[in-house]
Amino acid sequence: MESGFYGSSTDGSLKCKFEESGLANTHDIMEKAVRWFRSRSIFVVAYGTGCGAIEMPPTFTSRYDAERMGVVGVATPRQADLIILSGYLAYKTLRRVIRTYEQMQKPRYIMTLGSCPINGGMYWDSYNTIKKLDDYLPIDVSVTGCMPRPEAVIDGFVLLQERIRNGEKAGWEKYDENFEFYKENQKRVLGGHIDPSYETDWYNLKSGGKA
Amino acid sequence: MIFQIILLIMLAYVVGFIYFGLYRNITARIQGRYGPTVYQSFYDSIKLFSKNNTVSYGWMFYLGPVIMATGAVLTLVLVPVFSDSDFLRSVTSQGNLFVLLYLMVLGPLGNALAVGTGGNPFGVMGVVRGLTRLIGLELPFYIAVVGLIIAANSSDIVHIIDLQKTAGLNIINHPLLFIGAMISMVGFFGASPFDIPGAPQEVYSGPRTEFSGKFLALLMSQGSLFAFAKLVLIVDLFLGGADSLVMLVLKTFTIFVAIIFIGIVYGRYKVEQAVDFLMKLPTLIAVLGLARIVWFG
Repeated sequence: MESGFYGSSTDGSLKCKFEESGLANTHDIMEKAVRWFRSRSIFVVAYGTGCGAIEMPPTFTSRYDAERMGVVGVATPRQADLIILSGYLAYKTLRRVIRTYEQMQKPRYIMTLGSCPINGGMYWDSYNTIKKLDDYLPIDVSVTGCMPRPEAVIDGFVLLQERIRNGEKAGWEKYDENFEFYKENQKRVLGGHIDPSYETDWYNLKSGGKA
Repeated sequence: MIFQIILLIMLAYVVGFIYFGLYRNITARIQGRYGPTVYQSFYDSIKLFSKNNTVSYGWMFYLGPVIMATGAVLTLVLVPVFSDSDFLRSVTSQGNLFVLLYLMVLGPLGNALAVGTGGNPFGVMGVVRGLTRLIGLELPFYIAVVGLIIAANSSDIVHIIDLQKTAGLNIINHPLLFIGAMISMVGFFGASPFDIPGAPQEVYSGPRTEFSGKFLALLMSQGSLFAFAKLVLIVDLFLGGADSLVMLVLKTFTIFVAIIFIGIVYGRYKVEQAVDFLMKLPTLIAVLGLARIVWFG
């Protein structure tokens, strides 16, 4: 399934409207254009965990300058398209990462650096880190190496841009489709309560907070 | 008339975004980087317009960017773009400098309402910083504008432009007012040393912290419209307006590059330092210019 024009692939209402008016081709062209613009403008929130955080400043500053490809760091997850997780994730960190990821607006992507988020790396037998991040959050691009150099990180950006441009199925769509699977895995390591609670009505806390 | 307004908005959108692309590019070149393309701001805005938005803080939160955009568009349509022709000057005769000065602060107020509803602490901090800074920013700029009004004996921008054709450019006749207004303008453009509200290392994105997707795109778009309007206003008031598109781009771009260079060279003030500075040196310069007009004509 291709990623939708307005980021929601589940309802094809817009596509239906175009098809009714005999403009299905126009829809395809627009979607292609939007995908191209998306690939040329990636806002990154850099979540520095583990050793990989040190590779991000040179990637974004004068030496390697990711901005020439449209990859810019932003300050808040609300504005971001891509979150870079740069190393191992402790259970405690995973809780925050899930919260940050769910605050990002769709379409959203995850890039990981190093081997720790793939298979645990040197923390494979640690009591408080997760081994395989893909069980808890959908990874779009894994940049391997311990640690990957900025060239490799930029290679990861290029790969992500190609995937967005080709309309390949992205992690956030998998996350939406297999939401129960991911939540089950998250609950297994984090216990019952994960923020944000989907049962709490955060805007009416005074009146009991039940949605 | 509607056609001209739409054309003006489109022109301002394109020129404003290309200027912001150049801003990023020139900044990058000065920092020894290659930098993004000139069209990067278009890419960003189109991408943001195509994003989902699932955040909800009630209608006031979403009205904020709309109020800001309203202020920007109204400012834009009230500023005469070309000095000689009536083209793109559809409703300019309806307003004068006083209306413009009022509309220029409509945006920050709308922003404050929206961010207050969102309740994000960094947003609120950004708004408080922005409004505090505004106290300092407005003072030299308003004094400069009042000086020009006294000198021209009219608050009509078209009249001020026409007067410069015979009496010489205001930048030469009233250089002190120009310096005062320009220092203010650096702040109105959010350039260093007055980039306090959205200071990235201090309050994340400041007022924009909680905005995402289409609303962030709307904020960016109105920013570029407003920037173009302010540049044209400065050109109208001090550089005698522009009689063709080439002159318009040349004059506005000169002002814009000056602001970029000032912004790159200086570091950031603290809020109280900025207000302190603005209320002393630029205000003093503008008051001297005003006194010169009042007593020596």
